[in-house]
Amino acid sequence: MNQNDYIIEMRNITKIFPGIVANDDITLQLRRGEIHALLGENGAGKSTLMSVLFGLYQPEAGRILKNGEEVKIQSPNDATALGIGMVHQHFQLIDVFTVLDNIILGAETTKLGFLQKKQARAQVLALSEKYGLAVDLDAKVEDITVGMQQRVEILKMLYRDNEILIFDEPTAVLTPQEIDELMKIMKGFAADGKSILFITHKLSEIMAVADRVTVLRKGKYIGTVNTSETTKEELSTMMVGRPVQLEVVKGECKPGAPILSVRNLSVPSHLHKKPAVRNVSFDVRAGEILCIAGIDGNGQTELVEGITGLEKVSGGSITLCDKEITGTSVRRRSDAGMAHIPADRHKHGLVLSNTLEENIVLQRFREKQFQRHGFIRFGEVRKYADELIERFDVRSGQGAETVARSMSGGNQQKAIIAREVDREKPLLIAVQPTRGLDVGAIEYIHAALVKERDRGRAVLLVSLELDEVMSLADRILVLYEGEIVGELNPKETTAEELGLYMAGAKRNVGEGKNHA
Amino acid sequence: MRKQTSGAATPALTKDGFLGREGTKTVIASLFSILIGLVVGSIIILIVGLTTPSISVGGAFEGLKLVFAGLFSTGRTATGELTFGFNPVNIGDMLFRATPILLTGLSVAVAFKTGLFNIGAAGQYLMGTAGTLYVALSIPTDKVPAWLVWLLAFLAGILMGALWGAIPGLLKAFLNINEVIACIMSNWISASLVTWFFDVNNQLKNASEAGKVSYICKTTANGVATPKFFLDKLFPGSQVNGGILIAALIAVLVWVLMSKTTLGYALKVCGANRQAAKYAGINDKRCIVLSMAIAGGLSGAAAALYWLSGNTEFFWSTYQSLPAEGFNGIPVALLAANNPIAVIFTGCFMSMLNIAGLQIKNLTAYNEYLTDIIIAIIVYLSSFSLLIKLMLSGKKKPAAAAAAAIPEDDKTAAKPSGEKADEKEAD
Repeated sequence: MNQNDYIIEMRNITKIFPGIVANDDITLQLRRGEIHALLGENGAGKSTLMSVLFGLYQPEAGRILKNGEEVKIQSPNDATALGIGMVHQHFQLIDVFTVLDNIILGAETTKLGFLQKKQARAQVLALSEKYGLAVDLDAKVEDITVGMQQRVEILKMLYRDNEILIFDEPTAVLTPQEIDELMKIMKGFAADGKSILFITHKLSEIMAVADRVTVLRKGKYIGTVNTSETTKEELSTMMVGRPVQLEVVKGECKPGAPILSVRNLSVPSHLHKKPAVRNVSFDVRAGEILCIAGIDGNGQTELVEGITGLEKVSGGSITLCDKEITGTSVRRRSDAGMAHIPADRHKHGLVLSNTLEENIVLQRFREKQFQRHGFIRFGEVRKYADELIERFDVRSGQGAETVARSMSGGNQQKAIIAREVDREKPLLIAVQPTRGLDVGAIEYIHAALVKERDRGRAVLLVSLELDEVMSLADRILVLYEGEIVGELNPKETTAEELGLYMAGAKRNVGEGKNHA
Repeated sequence: MRKQTSGAATPALTKDGFLGREGTKTVIASLFSILIGLVVGSIIILIVGLTTPSISVGGAFEGLKLVFAGLFSTGRTATGELTFGFNPVNIGDMLFRATPILLTGLSVAVAFKTGLFNIGAAGQYLMGTAGTLYVALSIPTDKVPAWLVWLLAFLAGILMGALWGAIPGLLKAFLNINEVIACIMSNWISASLVTWFFDVNNQLKNASEAGKVSYICKTTANGVATPKFFLDKLFPGSQVNGGILIAALIAVLVWVLMSKTTLGYALKVCGANRQAAKYAGINDKRCIVLSMAIAGGLSGAAAALYWLSGNTEFFWSTYQSLPAEGFNGIPVALLAANNPIAVIFTGCFMSMLNIAGLQIKNLTAYNEYLTDIIIAIIVYLSSFSLLIKLMLSGKKKPAAAAAAAIPEDDKTAAKPSGEKADEKEAD
């Protein structure tokens, strides 16, 4: 193979941060016109490598070549000049600007200091037609869907004539249909001679779209393989360093009596005047995992806040273990039998500046076991924390005394799960319990949730990950714009069908039906 | 790295050694910033001394000596030499002056610990002043025993301060109004309110000592004063009284409250992460109000102990400005890194500066306002302790983090601040 077939080569890149080698002798070679996936767990060094390519960091060692010639990328401006563009995971758009303004922002054509929008509009329209990227140029970004926002980001790269396109976890926010659409678009780019770097940890997407995969693990280069010659299992083993159970193993669901009953629940929205949750009714029974599926922002957050008491509901009733808990305090509900693994472990789940043991008794410090006459029994707290740390294998530098902030994300989440599971409450609410975690930790958490179900707990799982929904749930409710639009049995449905419900294109239930 | 169980706690501490411990770092940082403050203060003393015609070179160096050792100054010999040694008056006065700022320092520290900035200590102090003096002077001691009046007056001061402190707390908890703004506003309201209160209460004005002009409120007119607890025997000739012991006792109690009780735990959780407190079923609104009320109560206690000392005179008409005690609590708390026990020492340090300033004023040709400037500069630089602590920790942090946890998240290291990395973790 000719040297110049590589449009970008990153050779032997080493990037060291104080106390940690983020990239250790990593080589990444991107061929012209290929879709190249970059696979690795959190902390594998993907983001650091891309930041080096983008000129945000200067590597301690290694070279970057474009078309076989060495280049120096000192800043993002250099990267842009070399035709490198990136769709960030968190979109870099200005909400109150129109789509067109966002696309031309920073690359405006002007005449005597005046914007030449007509010309720009024609150019953008041509690009949008050529690649099938449907956008409404005059809509404000805040009013369009996440999928369209992503297309705006892609158009931004195309408008700047970038030939190397980097997609950072582009599918995290999309429905299955939108993902298919994106895959097609990416293939179209490749066919057109553009080269694509696709950062992800989702194996199925790699198998579907990528030509080759480079795998990183803990800052080290593990290898580059052709997708046609590998399997998901092999890739996951390369990524984690050991064989991983990709499928969740779980037995038959034997549901018991309803633990949580939600009737006609409405919860106001943080963002607008319309209620975020409208007239929702369902039951969660002992021994089942009920999963609330849906695209982010369809009322999941508010639903959970309404049930847990973090937010006041505007209508309906909630019953937990035959006790009416509508309108009671968080503490009352927790005492009534509710454990809650929150979506945001830093905002809600942990006090990051406190120690692990303090976090482990976050709700329980008032219990008899841990206090006497208002004085905390530190010995008991330590004993209990040590026991949980041992039992749930929470790893940290200084055991119970470790400051929560210094722990890895996976172990922070394990600590929260240990705490919530061990409170032995009949209802366990888990909101995106595996968000941002690596395959090993996900495997552990899934197994823990199934175990709780098998012990007769009612588990209410809120997840944005289709794979998680399909593999964990015993029953699926789809939330769309604050309403339940479908009740599905994961054994009888497909990810595609679920996606149609999530996108609001299909519904199988009328308003206000009970999902008991 | 494997987790460590309970027995491993000591190795974890010794691993970084004595110098690596959080507490040690805080103490070093505070001492270091005090030193910087003293050095800069000395430089100014020298510059002013050497450029002022009325002060000789020797005079400038005398000023320098007094900055560092003013507390132990015993005046001058017949030949004009400065003398140093044990000076009971200076030390007693230092303890006397430390009493109110120790308590306002505690007030600020408690609020800081619970995530609030209590800049309203001055107003709470004034309300405490009104409460204490009103009770102490209006209950006749010929009918009620003086010690009971003292106790009631003390409690009235605390209560008034607590109520006044609770107001910004309520505004913060229920209307989400920034407590800094609410506190500053309430300071001025209380200044005028207290002036008005003493203006219309004629019996308070007339309750002053025989032979003194009116408009002076002094509790000894009524025979109500804090007991001396033999401190006057230890430091004869000084203004010292038992108030300093009571203040130190309160500091210990606050330390117990904050670090040993469930209430203190809840307050601290609420301060560190209000969302997590809500999630854990801790009533965050109650915590905020309570914490501001406790802070206010401490400021009120500062006023009570100051005015009940028996040798302080309250010129009510001058209180259209805010008492410095309220604001001096801020550097006292900062220097102590909000540790209630450390506040005892930093409070004494601040009052020692005051004594040193007095000595410079009395014994040298330095202008009295200059000494205020020197003190202000030392206080100002003292607040650098947080920055210095950050610098001390900054060098150790990445290495410690790498050793502590499996280096799973390269972004934690990649981003300069841990917080930023947290946000991006979702990918």
